[in-house]
Amino acid sequence: MSTLNTTTTATTTCFHCHETCEEDKVRFDDKDFCCVGCKLVYEVLNENNLCNYYAISDNPGINRKNSYLGNRFAFLDEEQIINKLISFKSNNEIHIRFHIPNMHCSSCIWLLENFSRIDKGVIRSQVDFVSKELLIVFNTSLTNLRNIVEQLTLIGYEPELNLNKVSNHSFLKKSNARIYKIGLAGFAFGNIMLLSFPEYLSGGIFGAEDFRHLFRYIIVVLALPVFFYSASEFFINSFRSFRQQVVNIDVPIAIGILAMFLRSLYEITSGTGPGYFDSMSGLVFFMLIGRNFQDKTYQWLSFNRDYTSYFPIAVTRYNGLKEETVLVNDVVKGDRLKIRNHEIIPADVKLLNQSAHIDYSFVSGESTPVKVNKGELIYAGAKLLNGPIDVLVDQATSNSYLTKLWNQQSDKVIQISYFQKMVNIISRWFVLVTVLIAVSSFAYWYSTDFTKAINAFTSVLVIACACALALSAPFTFGNIIRLLGKKGIYLRNVQVIEKLADIDTVIFDKTGTLTEPESNHIRYEGDELDDFNLRAIYTIISSSTHPLSVVLAKYLKLKPFSDPELHIEEFPGKGISAMIFGHHYKIGSEEFVTEKKENSSLKSTRVYIGINNEVLGYFSIQNKYRDGIKQLTNDLANHKINLGVISGDDEHERFNLTTLLPEGTHLHFNCKPIDKLNYINELNQHGFKTMMVGDGFNDAGALMHSHVGVAVSNDINNFTPACDAIIMGSNLSKLEKLIRLAKSANRIIIISFIISLVYNFLGLWFAVQGTLSPVIAAILMPISTSSLVIYTVVASSIKARRLGFTK
Amino acid sequence: MKVIILLIIASLTVAIGFLIAFFWSVKTGQFDDDTSPAVRILMDNEITSNEKSKNNHYDN
Repeated sequence: MSTLNTTTTATTTCFHCHETCEEDKVRFDDKDFCCVGCKLVYEVLNENNLCNYYAISDNPGINRKNSYLGNRFAFLDEEQIINKLISFKSNNEIHIRFHIPNMHCSSCIWLLENFSRIDKGVIRSQVDFVSKELLIVFNTSLTNLRNIVEQLTLIGYEPELNLNKVSNHSFLKKSNARIYKIGLAGFAFGNIMLLSFPEYLSGGIFGAEDFRHLFRYIIVVLALPVFFYSASEFFINSFRSFRQQVVNIDVPIAIGILAMFLRSLYEITSGTGPGYFDSMSGLVFFMLIGRNFQDKTYQWLSFNRDYTSYFPIAVTRYNGLKEETVLVNDVVKGDRLKIRNHEIIPADVKLLNQSAHIDYSFVSGESTPVKVNKGELIYAGAKLLNGPIDVLVDQATSNSYLTKLWNQQSDKVIQISYFQKMVNIISRWFVLVTVLIAVSSFAYWYSTDFTKAINAFTSVLVIACACALALSAPFTFGNIIRLLGKKGIYLRNVQVIEKLADIDTVIFDKTGTLTEPESNHIRYEGDELDDFNLRAIYTIISSSTHPLSVVLAKYLKLKPFSDPELHIEEFPGKGISAMIFGHHYKIGSEEFVTEKKENSSLKSTRVYIGINNEVLGYFSIQNKYRDGIKQLTNDLANHKINLGVISGDDEHERFNLTTLLPEGTHLHFNCKPIDKLNYINELNQHGFKTMMVGDGFNDAGALMHSHVGVAVSNDINNFTPACDAIIMGSNLSKLEKLIRLAKSANRIIIISFIISLVYNFLGLWFAVQGTLSPVIAAILMPISTSSLVIYTVVASSIKARRLGFTK
Repeated sequence: MKVIILLIIASLTVAIGFLIAFFWSVKTGQFDDDTSPAVRILMDNEITSNEKSKNNHYDN
């Protein structure tokens, strides 16, 4: 028995992408490149004098190793498709907005804005970095859309083409309205405060009467737009909630604003006092800021991606003998399609060729490719490994097996969040108690002093401030979302935090979630292999596209024989048999090489090596688990959280998983996507609050149906299925701390409720006596709101830092 | 004391001017992207023959 060591050569990094160059590096222009793709980008940039790209920021280049263009963008020649993608078209000018997920640094901005130098037909290109969009204006007589997209893809900035979201500018407009409202309220708040100051400070002895009146009327004019425009959403929302016969958080706020407005208007017109307009504008200002703070979204991340963004936009269809490009949506049952190598199969189809190799890894999580024979069904979402093939459509994309899975509506959408419920309940009590206090203080003073009774009644409504309800959650949650975003954990919205707090069951997917993708533990066991044999094996497996061959070839990294007399025969699902320099090699499964029955209780995937009918040994290939998984699962188990693993793979990893994970973890293997979904549903029905952690299309159903669906991604720009949170693979070990942070967020909010109760009692103490003056209101309101905001933000930041979520 | 009226009018005019400026800047999208303009201004165009930045205004 021996262990194999591969020698590491002196490391050089690629000039373009800064990744370590392997043996097969390319040298060009005195610079090293890791692959032809990267060299090509450099050549293009060099030709066009764009090498400033490398000077602007440190690591601008995007690795181009897996670039494959072919006819991928052929569909962009179709007029019909072009028209669906572009945003403006005139005689010979087209404006188009691309979403480019790979944009990441200032070099990217520079290169993309100088794109007109690469493609002379481009008139203008402009980057919107925040939403990762690129606006391109081009001359249709000098270039075309396909050309531009291919050029962009070539230099590493592949645009995300999607017919569904041509433009969603409607949400942009909405958020602008909120900004206007905040601006207006802030403006009015400041100026009213300024004009009220003389009155407060003079203690009644105000210079001339005219000034007093003038100031008061200016205040009224300033306050009107605040009441009618800025505060409008509170009234509209509470009106809506009345129609649905519920009381939501907007109701107490609307009552407060209305009471302040009417009372102040009365006071000023009757000349009895200066009114509470400053407090009113301040309240509206703070409330709107709170709302805006909580609406923080990651524009460039997509949490709602559905199947359409995974499938190609267009496919090649046979029309008689002619090939034509059609949109995927237009493909119907009975169509004959041509699928090229490495393309995604867009519908459930029947194979018309003799056989094909299909990679189902994204659909089922199963990492070994499957051989499909003529007439057999291939499910949509699979990737073709050897092509081209002809297929007959059995079910259109919208009816395919996977799409159906995706479309299974979960009840999560209509579920109203727990916190929302709590706030609504508290709001109801808040309104009830406030009105009760107001009415009873009115009744108390009614017999002795009618004006005082009215005064007390309105004062109670004015001062009883629901700001803790309206502000503490937005600021706590909003702050946490921001802090997490900096650490590579992206939550869909604030409700996710509160749902995280009551998770009691965590279910992991195995492949790509617990394990690191494209990273394996490889060991060789058996008789030692000499250099000749190793190189021979390397030469043989280099020609195979089987994932295990690829993994092994990457591990061996040797120099292949340059001109071997090589005869290779590949037996799908079994292995490779090859003759090289007169020696016979068999590489593959145990059964194939040793010709003995396979031992099914193995704990790893093995690739056996046989030379000239003699079995030498095997490479054992084990998944490499992410760092910190043991720690994470132990911590979770210690906090009484149930654990489970559902995997699409077979049982060969069972042994490793049982040693890695704490006792009592439920392990399920050979799960189809629908099994995963059903498992989650079953847990939900038994009252468990489930968190599903997965990475692929095959987890999509389970992610959607779980209480919190967490998608693990190694590259945040990659495809992630619909989920509640996206977490970088390197941060997966922080999952337990994330749950703890969510729990403490709820505690912070409850404490802030208690603080606000104290302020409310203080205010009410003045109000019921009918002695609440505008000065007291003007002092108490800003203090109570700002102290709450400060408390929630500071407390949540400290908690996040303690749990290691800050830099 | 009458001068106060003048001062109030002046200060309110200035304040309203800024409010309008704020609305205008939000409307024209100047807050939409806070990264690329900051980077753009520092980039030199080493070849000035095919200048295209003349029509580099906001596209809205």
